[in-house]
Amino acid sequence: MEYEPVIGLEVHAQMLTYSKIFCGCSTTFGEGPNSQTCPVCQGMPGVLPVLNKKVVEFAMKMSLATSCRINPECVFARKNYFYPDLPKGYQISQYALPLAEFGYVDIELNGGNKRIGITRIHMEEDAGKLVHDEHNPSSYVDLNRTGVPLIEIVSEPDIRSAEEAAAYLRRIHEILVYLEVCDGNMEQGSFRCDANVSLRPRGAEAFGIRAELKNMNSFRNVQRALEYEIKRQQYVLEGGGEVVQETRLWDDTQGVTHSMRGKEEAHDYRYFPDPDLVPIQVSDAWIDEIRRTLPELPLEKRERFLREYGIPAYDAGVLTASRALADYYEAVVKLSGKPKAASNWVMGDILRFLNEDRRDIRDCPISAESLAEMIVLIEDGTISGKIAKEVSEEMYRSGKPPRVVIEEKGLVQITDEGALEKTIETVMAANPAQLEQFRSGKDKVFGFFVGQVMKATQGKANPQLVNDLLKKMLPGT
Amino acid sequence: MKITKDEVAHVAHLARLEFDVEETEKFTSQLNDILLYMEKLNEADTTGMEPMTHAIAQKNAFREDAVLPSLPIREALSNAPDPKGEFFRVPKVIE
Amino acid sequence: MELCERTIHELQQIIRDGGASSTDIVASVFRRIDAVEKNVHAYIMLLREEAFREASKADEEIRKGNIRSLTGIPIALKDIYCTQGIPTTCGSRILQNFVAPYDATIVRKLREAGAVFTGKTNMDEFAMGSSTETSWFGVTKNPWDLDRIPGGSSGGSAAAVAADMCIASLGSDTGGSIRQPAALCGVVGLKPTYGRVSRFGLVAFASSLDQIGPFTKDVEDCAIMLNAIAGYDPRESTSVPVDVPDYRQFLGRDIRGWKVGIPKEYFIEGIDPEVETLVRQAAKVAEGLGAEIVPVSLPHTQYCVAVYYIIAPAEASSNLARYDGVKYGYRSTEGRDLLEMYKKSRSEGFGAEVKRRIMIGTYVLSAGYYDAYYKKASQVRALIRRDFDEAFQTCDVILTPTTPTPAFRIGEKTGDPLQMYLSDVFTISTNLAGIPGIAVPCGYTAAGLPVGVQFLAGHFQEGKLLQFASAYEAGADFQKRRPNF
Repeated sequence: MEYEPVIGLEVHAQMLTYSKIFCGCSTTFGEGPNSQTCPVCQGMPGVLPVLNKKVVEFAMKMSLATSCRINPECVFARKNYFYPDLPKGYQISQYALPLAEFGYVDIELNGGNKRIGITRIHMEEDAGKLVHDEHNPSSYVDLNRTGVPLIEIVSEPDIRSAEEAAAYLRRIHEILVYLEVCDGNMEQGSFRCDANVSLRPRGAEAFGIRAELKNMNSFRNVQRALEYEIKRQQYVLEGGGEVVQETRLWDDTQGVTHSMRGKEEAHDYRYFPDPDLVPIQVSDAWIDEIRRTLPELPLEKRERFLREYGIPAYDAGVLTASRALADYYEAVVKLSGKPKAASNWVMGDILRFLNEDRRDIRDCPISAESLAEMIVLIEDGTISGKIAKEVSEEMYRSGKPPRVVIEEKGLVQITDEGALEKTIETVMAANPAQLEQFRSGKDKVFGFFVGQVMKATQGKANPQLVNDLLKKMLPGT
Repeated sequence: MKITKDEVAHVAHLARLEFDVEETEKFTSQLNDILLYMEKLNEADTTGMEPMTHAIAQKNAFREDAVLPSLPIREALSNAPDPKGEFFRVPKVIE
Repeated sequence: MELCERTIHELQQIIRDGGASSTDIVASVFRRIDAVEKNVHAYIMLLREEAFREASKADEEIRKGNIRSLTGIPIALKDIYCTQGIPTTCGSRILQNFVAPYDATIVRKLREAGAVFTGKTNMDEFAMGSSTETSWFGVTKNPWDLDRIPGGSSGGSAAAVAADMCIASLGSDTGGSIRQPAALCGVVGLKPTYGRVSRFGLVAFASSLDQIGPFTKDVEDCAIMLNAIAGYDPRESTSVPVDVPDYRQFLGRDIRGWKVGIPKEYFIEGIDPEVETLVRQAAKVAEGLGAEIVPVSLPHTQYCVAVYYIIAPAEASSNLARYDGVKYGYRSTEGRDLLEMYKKSRSEGFGAEVKRRIMIGTYVLSAGYYDAYYKKASQVRALIRRDFDEAFQTCDVILTPTTPTPAFRIGEKTGDPLQMYLSDVFTISTNLAGIPGIAVPCGYTAAGLPVGVQFLAGHFQEGKLLQFASAYEAGADFQKRRPNF
């Protein structure tokens, strides 16, 4: 029998606020254990939560950017369970009435576009961290992360392959980062993903029994874990077995998923509205206010780049991968007036330099102004494209503007016909054999002469001019 | 019977409590009396009534996104029954 | 008359007149404590040294002419508010060594008003009880009859005021925990509107019902205390930004023409005849003062106890999940793994009543029962509130008994939780609706036990309540007594 995977994803994204969701502790990552806690996030007796307004606004941004409907009123609920990283014995989350519902994103696949539904987006607090002792039967609790604001984005079970799942995740990630509501760092856990996977006979309506996958901390791992899990379930079903409803952990080193059996009991979270927090009412005016702050989203930007700059779709995709890169590119276009050349330079040398150094575009030593100036210098013939490569390298190394680099290195293009004619004469005299070959009809040798002239001028000769002069000066064929 | 001894044991586990046989017997009987008394509520007509979860009708209580000082680490751990270094130590989770 | 027997407003006059210092007053209070505390056991912890230190600071301020609303006045705190650097036990073994690193908002406010803290008073464990018998630190006795309970859960605070072991005290009221012990100990007890006094730093029992209020010797002191503690607190989301009037302005005014609602549902079978007689007598007094008695109906009153004993335990089961032996509080040494540690710490750390309520609360929220219990109760709660809204369309205040009986005997109801729960029958509705209520002494039974009448008003109508209570107190036709030791 042929099976079809049914996948739904739950993304947890950390909101980029300065302080925690219900108290004033800092959200900075990587500080000493338990150094960022207070009575509120430690869940001490008597404390009460007060909601950070920024969290609501960030969550609203994401909801609008994914075409969700923001509920006029939403409430926080308590999710009750015991774990040492959960100091209150409950997590403040949203349950019956989430912030937003009924959204979607479009993903691009080889076969075209596909729309993936978003069931809901809600706000909640993160839990702390548990460090396990390898030598003793103890664990250590660090509550710094407790109360860091999260939004959970739950997709509809619309995803049908590991590849689609990865495309969906990239889209969600891209939007979050574009909105500047999440830093998107998967290694530090600012962007996490769990997946629900089941298989059903192709054509069937009903869903199969699903497993929940956790512990996949990169796009690649999500895809690998899903591929593995789909195969595993297929194997179980084909063998006449039944998939067990359970949580499975992805093991990156072994490339398999393991059952968490035993560790997890049948959960009964006893959700109920948190009496310590009041409902959040979102007016149309507030929604409009937030909508006005939304930046152009990646997909819109991509389409505009295609339309306005006439660059290939692939280039538009690369250039809009981050808001900062797209802004950089647009600044170069604006200053140089050359969208295609700008695209070639940004996608080529600039990204290569940055990748080699694992640097972000925001830290690029070549400013948009400098790159635009260099493009203009190529266009007006001051330097050749070849020289420009050398110039850009030096610009990247030293951060100096192109004119300074060109001047310091004496790289201005030779466009003086008289001087070039002299050089050509010298080259012709020094290579009588090749000259004879050319005369006897070997056109290929033409290139040899171009090369020699460029070499003699240390590459500074205007190549077009060299071509023209050589055609004129070499003996006719 | 509204609640059985097994259910009492299950609820106790959810609440991370444990009772011996005698206590379980007593709790089961007391919980039964109490739950039986709660049956009274079925007589109340609540058609169309929104559940009331707050005593007052406040909405939208927010704070600004401003960082305030955290507790010094020594104070953060001062009540811990078993602190270890800068951590709260707990017995291992049995898998 | 000993200084400790005086009211706040009397002492303020004495201080201003130079008749006594704060140190004199504190000394008088501690002399009384030394004499009677061993019999009453109102306190979990005394703050003797701190009190004398604060008193001499207060005297310094008084000399400078810097007298604030409670400067130098000895106040007792229920051991349910977090006090920085001083243990806060909530009457529980599980918190017996807990020292909060912060002050509750009301503690801060009282400090700012110049109050001197005498100690932290005994209470039912986590405020769960109606008799102060469930405290890990022992039973508090009723100063009027040491074989009887003082009421609960704020029994220590009520007994301390009644026995002059402080001038006024603070309690918390989730289902009657201020008004019921006030009535049974013959003092004034006010539960303000939900959201009127900050809950920040009040160890939570049932968050949607808990409210802090004072115990005082008379209504004027009650207004003074409310002035000191009321007000919006940005650290509490359910705090309400409503202006705080000077509540003393409502004292001594007449109540001519006021409509006093008497709900028939509060004069039911099972109410002690002496209590009923004294409460009806109180209504007569109001009538004599020019008020009009009108019948009102609160038809859903019969459901209050059931609603309360679903909602309060549900919230409590979640609020008390934090006591897990990880960050603070009692940890059993026997747990070999995490699950055992949790279960043993909690089972050894909590007393029977707390465990019973955690069990009820966990059950009513659990899968399959939520709608039948928690949701249903929350819907009926809305009906109860609507009853009050409608009643207050036709009357200014409502007058009811505070308790169905005078103080019962120690141990009388501990074996039957449901009977104990039913003793809250007249006080619970106030918390469910979020409205203010005050218990004021209205006489004594033949056996000499005090009885309290309860007045209720609409949301944020504390001024009205105090005006009515003060008029009643002035016009009441019985001689005030003191407990005899």
